[in-house]
Amino acid sequence: MSELPEQVREWIGQRRYEQAGEFEVERGYIFTSCASVENGNPLFWDEAVARRLTGGWIAPPTMLSVWFRPHAWAPDRTGTEQPLQVHFDLKEQLGLPEAVMTDNTLVFGAPVRPGDRLVTWQVLRSVSEPKRTKLGLGRFWVIDVESVNQRGDWVGTETYTGFGYRRDS
Amino acid sequence: MSNPDARLTLDDVAPGQALPELAVDVCATTVVLGALASRDWRPMHHDKDFAQQRNGVRDIFLNTPNLAAWYERYISDWTGPTGRLGRMQFRMRDSIFPGDRMVFRGAVESVSTDDVGCGWAELTLRVSVDDRVCTECRARVALPCTASDNPWRRQGTDWRP
Repeated sequence: MSELPEQVREWIGQRRYEQAGEFEVERGYIFTSCASVENGNPLFWDEAVARRLTGGWIAPPTMLSVWFRPHAWAPDRTGTEQPLQVHFDLKEQLGLPEAVMTDNTLVFGAPVRPGDRLVTWQVLRSVSEPKRTKLGLGRFWVIDVESVNQRGDWVGTETYTGFGYRRDS
Repeated sequence: MSNPDARLTLDDVAPGQALPELAVDVCATTVVLGALASRDWRPMHHDKDFAQQRNGVRDIFLNTPNLAAWYERYISDWTGPTGRLGRMQFRMRDSIFPGDRMVFRGAVESVSTDDVGCGWAELTLRVSVDDRVCTECRARVALPCTASDNPWRRQGTDWRP
């Protein structure tokens, strides 16, 4: 397990899975998100406040990843699409069936607004040597997800640290 | 809940200042609604058998993107709508399950103004269940320097999160 496969080494620093969001940013999902955490910030509920402070409706910044996560099903889709595909590629290539996210950094740029169509790509930054944790034996990895809007304005970067592992038998 | 009239300015905050505590009783609906709201269809966030048998934990648990949304709500409850999140970094230490009472606590670590005149508060935050710290978070949030300032108007090189 100590040797990192050649293919995984090649992925480090490579811009992969560039894609446009499957759907436009929309207010219905903003309400769903706000309801899930009881977020009453008037920027998302009061048009006069939104117009005055942010020039119109915006989405909560932490919804950034929502806009490129695919629906669970679509009629013309073949295979199973995963929202953070590099993470799942690593699990498969490294033979690590289980994984959890341990660290998450989000940096927010221009506000995301209803009607926006975001474009994202993923970059694998690093893969650790094998480590043993209370979950099992595995590796940590760091993945950046960059996002821009349809005008090319940077709207944010998410950095995920994942731990892929095999449970101790 | 966020007060539409709240206008926390940089002058109102100082290092060491505590944010008001927020306690939330988590149930299965909290976890499932949070997962669906963040389009996270992975079964450990809605299927108890899967969580137990594949992840080796006692129940379904809150997912990472939804925890980010909880932190955002916690911060904006304090700042009001003029507070603008610039950066958030958090570490998952332990999972949060149905039946847990999660408690958000936080404090101002530092206050500054950047080269383009934007006011910033650096926050240290955490979510605990009983004595167990489940996540720790550092956040950088822009606050108005004066009552007429508005961080949301900043764009391009004037926005340095």
